[in-house]
Amino acid sequence: MLKYILNRIALLIPTLVGITICAFAFVRLLPGDPILAMAGEHGVAPARYEELKEQFGYNLPIWQQYIRYVGEVATGDFGVAISSKRPVLEEFKTLFPATMELSFFALVFAMVLGIPAGIVAAVKRGSWFDQSLMGTALVGYSMPIFWWGLLLIIFFSGYLGWTPVSGRIGLQFFFKPITGFMTIDTLLYGKWDAFRSALSHLVLPAIVLGTIPLAVIARQTRSAMLEVLGEDYVRTARAKGLSPSRVIGMHALRNALIPVVTTIGLQVGTLLAGAILTETIFAWPGIGKWMVDSIFKRDYVVVQSGLLLIALIVMAVNLIVDLLYAVINPRIRAS
Amino acid sequence: MKKTMAFAAALLAASVLGGVANAKTLVYCSEASPANFDPGTTTGGNDFDASSRTVYSRLVEFKHGGTEVEPGLADKWEISDDGLVYTFHLHPGVKFQTTDYFKPTRDLNADDVVFSFDRQFNKENPWNGDKYLPNLTWDYYTGMDMPKYVAKWEKVDDLTVKLTLTEPNAPMLANLGMDFASIVSKEYADQLAKDGKMADFSTKPIGTGPFQFVDYQLDAVIRYAAHPDYFKGKEKIDDLVFAITPDATARIQKVLAGECDIAPYPNPADIGTIKANNDVTLMDQAGLNIGYMSYNTTIPPLDKPEVRHALNQAIDREALIKSLFQDAGATPAENLIPPTMWSWDKDVKTDSYDPDAAKKVLEAAGLKEIQLWASDRVRPYNPNFQRAAELIQADWAKVGVKAEIVNYEWTKYRSEGKKKERPGAFQIGWTGDNGDPDNFFATLFACSAIGVSNYSSWCDKDFEDLIQKAKKTSDQAERTKLYEQAQVVFQKQAPAFLLAHSQVYAVVRKNVSGFMMDPLGIHRFDGVDKAE
Repeated sequence: MLKYILNRIALLIPTLVGITICAFAFVRLLPGDPILAMAGEHGVAPARYEELKEQFGYNLPIWQQYIRYVGEVATGDFGVAISSKRPVLEEFKTLFPATMELSFFALVFAMVLGIPAGIVAAVKRGSWFDQSLMGTALVGYSMPIFWWGLLLIIFFSGYLGWTPVSGRIGLQFFFKPITGFMTIDTLLYGKWDAFRSALSHLVLPAIVLGTIPLAVIARQTRSAMLEVLGEDYVRTARAKGLSPSRVIGMHALRNALIPVVTTIGLQVGTLLAGAILTETIFAWPGIGKWMVDSIFKRDYVVVQSGLLLIALIVMAVNLIVDLLYAVINPRIRAS
Repeated sequence: MKKTMAFAAALLAASVLGGVANAKTLVYCSEASPANFDPGTTTGGNDFDASSRTVYSRLVEFKHGGTEVEPGLADKWEISDDGLVYTFHLHPGVKFQTTDYFKPTRDLNADDVVFSFDRQFNKENPWNGDKYLPNLTWDYYTGMDMPKYVAKWEKVDDLTVKLTLTEPNAPMLANLGMDFASIVSKEYADQLAKDGKMADFSTKPIGTGPFQFVDYQLDAVIRYAAHPDYFKGKEKIDDLVFAITPDATARIQKVLAGECDIAPYPNPADIGTIKANNDVTLMDQAGLNIGYMSYNTTIPPLDKPEVRHALNQAIDREALIKSLFQDAGATPAENLIPPTMWSWDKDVKTDSYDPDAAKKVLEAAGLKEIQLWASDRVRPYNPNFQRAAELIQADWAKVGVKAEIVNYEWTKYRSEGKKKERPGAFQIGWTGDNGDPDNFFATLFACSAIGVSNYSSWCDKDFEDLIQKAKKTSDQAERTKLYEQAQVVFQKQAPAFLLAHSQVYAVVRKNVSGFMMDPLGIHRFDGVDKAE
């Protein structure tokens, strides 16, 4: 098992190097110039432009800029944002809990609905439930997040008035964050009304962000279940006279869940990508919105370090999923 | 134990700060997060709304809802006859804000004023460079040419400051009302330098303005409280909250749902919904901006004014504006400066639509092909460069001119477009900084702006003489006459096609009073009240 873990970690190193190159190159391949982006309509006099380029180090050859960047990152220095002048790591630490909280609830939403729906669809294969569920899943998967979010806001917040439009918590609640997770902090302060407010603010963005993972998980659960339900041991279990719920719950589901766990792990990338749009619509102060703002400002430092930090998280989650996979599926460990 | 203490402290803070939230609160749904709270170091309108217009004051201020300059921290001022020396007399007894992170021991004095400007240009000042914040660029200070015009700032006595210029420059007074000219506390700066916490100056601001900073949750909420000792009297609102909401539709839904009281910049598509709602008012004003299209006046045949007039005449401007601005509307531009600005000449009219006349001139000039530049960015003065380019292309095709549309990303677009040798017609625009006509005429069409922001590479002696003379004259009536003449020259020479001045909107709940649209595009909350 230790060898397996070390193997997985060693594989991360080339990925990491690749990511630093991508993060560094992508932002420079984008047309546009951070110094001109800062200057706005005013423009910059040519002499001043050269002066600023030198001040920011953008006059150096690209490879020198890259080496400097990798050297800084390797020592844990992720740089200082060009526009806000705050350390990137500090901004990331402040904003990341918001994204994590939203992603967590989106994933819970996707799993709580997706797994049972997938199971029922598989058990009742070909029924109207199965067909309509798979149709809905396809619609959910194809739904543009931006449009879906605005639609829910206009209907549930605007028309029905059931949920708040945007933000993380009611503005009347004001406290210093402890963990950065609103739902946890409100409980730590013992403020139930604030906790309820935080939950109500989570409902719409979690549904919007969780819609694509929900569709993926439902479909994956269904096909994994269908495969397992056709196995000999399931037939044996049935033949033994076990109740259908026991056959499905004890025998089929445990095995069917193995590929589903991997799928859920892979959804972390989808969630972080979806967070960019969801956070912008719902004014959710997380890293997705932060990245979008920085791309528009051509804030090279935030974009390249932010991308790297996000990639590190996705890699860490994938590593955990890989390890978890080995735990629930002993055959992997052996090979 | 340490954790328990921290928890107890946090609880205490929560209960103290939580109490404030029950008072009269005004919620403003702002469109973006501020970069920081030091207006000398930032450039965005949203940065200024959150810092200079709330926390700080300046020597002079713009009249609420207008562009005229009126007394601010300076009760009065004298300008020497040669226009070189400005003497400002400060209002006595102005208090800086007292917060949990700073307790001022003295009132505002001349040291604060001198420090506020010195830090922006004096390389010896520790607040000018990396010791304070990395990579400081002081964009507005340099952008408004302050280093060129300012010789020195001097303290005469505690309540008198003297500014000496290198040459007469009438717009200087308006410059001092701009956000970068906000007056900061030298005592606070000294304290932070002593404590080794200089960066806090940009995140925990202290000023003399109507509201004092309470807290900022990054990218989410900014909280302010009324400054109890504000020198113009405490505000009626107890608390001011900025709820940062970048999506325009979500912002408007928040106002309609009562989650915020004021929101700027609605989507044109939502304007119908807003007008139909009884709980809110849609406020609008012609913005202090201009959308235009510069011809390169140095390349034949565009060097001839009659060719430029003919190209203007070939464009169906009314249809173009309608298609671009839709329900939001815009005021067709007759002049470079908008009608809300002083010296705007109502008698000057730009070219009217006349394709037949245009065709004759263009055929005679032999103009068959032209480059027509467009970018990807939405600007307040032109929401869609590409669509505009396509419509103009179609209009020009009708008069026998084939336009090739040239596209670039926004920053590259401007850096390529400003080159002296750039051919053809270049779509661009401008949003005013300080309400002074010089900020339009000289910034966009002075000879010295060629290669920077004079996209027409137009250097006309008559025009140049008029605007330079107006810049050096302190008498506003005299300046008005000079700018009126400059507008006549501009119309005659037609270095550009003038499109429109766009409308600026804000959505305000009906129980809010005292909020005004501002031609400078800023959002001010002093004087605003709210009925419960």
